[in-house]
Amino acid sequence: RRRKRRRRRRRRKKAIHYSSIVMMIRRRSWRRRRSSSSSSSSWEGRRSTIATTTTTTTMQQQQQQCSSSSNKMNLFSAINNALYTALDTDPRSYVFGEDVGFGGVFRCTVGLRDKFGRSRVFNTPLCEQGIVGFGIGLASMGNRAIAEIQFADYIYPAFDQIVNEAAKYRYRSGNMFNTGGLTIRAPYGAVGHGGHYHSQSPEAFFCHVPGIKVVIPRSPSQAKGLLLASIRDPNPVVFFEPKLLYRMAVEEVSEDDYTLPLSSAEVMREGSDITLVGWGAQLTILEQACTEAAKDGISCELIDLRTLIPWDQELVEASVNKTGRLLVSHEAPVTGGFGAEIAAYITERCFLRLEAPIVRVCGLDTPFPLVFEPFYLPTKNKILDAIKAAVQF
Amino acid sequence: MKKGCMSSTMKLAASFPLTKSSRSLLSPLEFSTQSSGNNIESRIPWRAWTSVKNHHGKQQQHMRPPSGTVAAYSAQSEEQPQQQEEEKTADEQKTKAREIVVEIPVDYDLHLLESAPSRSSVTNSEDLMSIYHEMSVIRRVEITADMLFKSQQIRGFCHLYDGQEAVCVGMEKALNFDDSVITAYRDHGIFIGRGGTIFETFSELMGKRTGCANGKGGSMHLYKRENNFWGGWGIVGTSPPLGTGLAFAHKYLKKPNVVVAIYGDGAANQGQLYEAQNLAALWELPIIFLIENNHFGMGTAEWRASKKPAYYDRISYIPGVKADGMDVFAIKEAFQYCKEYCLGGKGPIMLEADTYRYHGHSMSDPGSTYRSRNEIQGIRRERDPIEHVRKIILQEEIATKEELKDLDKQIRRDVEDAAAKAREAEQPRDDELFANIYKKDSGLIAYGCDRKKTRIQMP
Repeated sequence: RRRKRRRRRRRRKKAIHYSSIVMMIRRRSWRRRRSSSSSSSSWEGRRSTIATTTTTTTMQQQQQQCSSSSNKMNLFSAINNALYTALDTDPRSYVFGEDVGFGGVFRCTVGLRDKFGRSRVFNTPLCEQGIVGFGIGLASMGNRAIAEIQFADYIYPAFDQIVNEAAKYRYRSGNMFNTGGLTIRAPYGAVGHGGHYHSQSPEAFFCHVPGIKVVIPRSPSQAKGLLLASIRDPNPVVFFEPKLLYRMAVEEVSEDDYTLPLSSAEVMREGSDITLVGWGAQLTILEQACTEAAKDGISCELIDLRTLIPWDQELVEASVNKTGRLLVSHEAPVTGGFGAEIAAYITERCFLRLEAPIVRVCGLDTPFPLVFEPFYLPTKNKILDAIKAAVQF
Repeated sequence: MKKGCMSSTMKLAASFPLTKSSRSLLSPLEFSTQSSGNNIESRIPWRAWTSVKNHHGKQQQHMRPPSGTVAAYSAQSEEQPQQQEEEKTADEQKTKAREIVVEIPVDYDLHLLESAPSRSSVTNSEDLMSIYHEMSVIRRVEITADMLFKSQQIRGFCHLYDGQEAVCVGMEKALNFDDSVITAYRDHGIFIGRGGTIFETFSELMGKRTGCANGKGGSMHLYKRENNFWGGWGIVGTSPPLGTGLAFAHKYLKKPNVVVAIYGDGAANQGQLYEAQNLAALWELPIIFLIENNHFGMGTAEWRASKKPAYYDRISYIPGVKADGMDVFAIKEAFQYCKEYCLGGKGPIMLEADTYRYHGHSMSDPGSTYRSRNEIQGIRRERDPIEHVRKIILQEEIATKEELKDLDKQIRRDVEDAAAKAREAEQPRDDELFANIYKKDSGLIAYGCDRKKTRIQMP
């Protein structure tokens, strides 16, 4: 045991080690688990800036939701909690994917197999198309199939199943069949050292498909509510989780069974000069830019889109009608990213109100680079420059 | 292979008949039937653990393909028999490079094949030393990459190849640089086997401009165009379809070369693999599907992921061979056999190499949560590929222990020098970020964040 404790201490200093789950987490139930603080991770760049701002996102709604039994959790613990609740409340729900049995590479499914058994929480072989196809079949029989794709970069073999089968089943069968019980979870987004195939943001590909919903949380409490809502939504949902925030984001999360409404964006910060729209981990960067811009006297309104399709068009439109300027920011490449859809729609609706062209501060039009990641990403300074350019237009 | 301690001055001739009695004296490898942890044997029915039985078993008639068949395929391959004859004459001329016949203890498993690869491999002292050198270099490079990753000089992901060196070195001994090789992300060893330098490897791992992909690829994307090493692919299961395309080009251009598409036991359950294999068989393409079966797909053991954890006989219309992947000579013979098969115009063939990786899947995986340390150490003790070659070298008295130690030290120094040089190298230039997205004359324009000022315009 002493050896294991020593090993545990050594492992905490290293980067992602899902081996430590087996040692640490198996002994403790998810209720008593304390989230690891950001000091235990050793990433650079965005990570250090995020560490100081994770706990500053407080909203009135969140405070209302916090009941007496709430816990400090990080994102993977919140998702674990949500999955636990989902499996607990519906006996016909299943969690499956590559390596979910022992807890998953990001510890999101720790303890589920022990509690709910191998028939409900099980591993699949390495076959994304098979996983999603299997999930579609399972969901069409009325079960809740919660499939995990290990990284969003690997979702492309399953793209055909999602687009051609899951999204269209209800439509083409005249509501005879549907895959509403399907939820596909995948970690997405830049992580600092991911390179081409561990950092992609493929949300734009799925936003082009009527019939599915795309949901992206920004924080642990949001993740739990949105995931439970996605699982219980009678439509297939692709749920992208910002992998950068799995350990970094720490928040008080209520242990109750609560859901947050889908297709409803949230105003994180009120302002009057410019509207900033984002989702996922990018919101932390946007928030930092807001704080910096406030020092220059620019009041920014920050909106978290939460659901990408169908997105909350009314809220964003109302906000732009108030401020007259819009900036959209996401990690995915700018051409054809979801920011383009938002920009096109807002131009249609608010053309005469707009004071400046809509700005998109997004990833560059290159494959996600390895060494050039700091240049590729939409950083706080790029956003600040863009805010100033828009305000001074 | 003769046991050296019988007579230290015994000279070997290739034509010395290996009788049953002399064979019993041969013990190239001491496989203990009582492996460390009996649970391993019950869990994993590897033949290698009980190879002693095979070794002392019946004398099997394994015919080496006679040289006549070499000329059976297309006329342009006449160079090959000439090359073989040249090699033989060169060998005979080198009186000091005496021929050594190495026994391959583990039998081959066959699927849809009548003959098997040879159970004895002809080699010589220079060959042995070069094999030893190359495998030691790969081992040392992987260990150094481990240390560099832990000290954060290599970023991204790092999938290490140590333990599997016999596969790439044995492959290269049977092929030449006109044959194409394409693999998945565990490509450091294969890159070095294909002629990549250690300096290029470390530069690419560290993301420096001197790397083989100008530092833009990283660990999973090593390439060498001139030696027909097509990379280095991050997504699991993509190399077989790509290899099928390469094989079509080879066949179309009537080249006497094969393509080796390498994938692992984890990728063996991907759908696109079956599509590729069907295409290759349908169009009779000269491709060898090499399965580096290290028994664990990341953390999942093969018997948990596959209904049948044997990959060489999955397709009923593609023949297959299974060889011991920790024995470099077995792999070499198997590859020679497979290459002859493919170039005979019979279509694809599967080759499963039963191998093992000592490290975890990648640097974030210690490798000991899904397998016991006893198992890893047991394999290191019993089946280590470098130890196998070292024993042969020592028994044949090609080099002494001290010489091999010096060689190891020299290799270690070379590798560390290369790493130090790579550390000093430059990072890629900033405009490399936009380079090579399309071909040069794409007219791509990259704007600044306000979308007004043009920052970079490609020609």
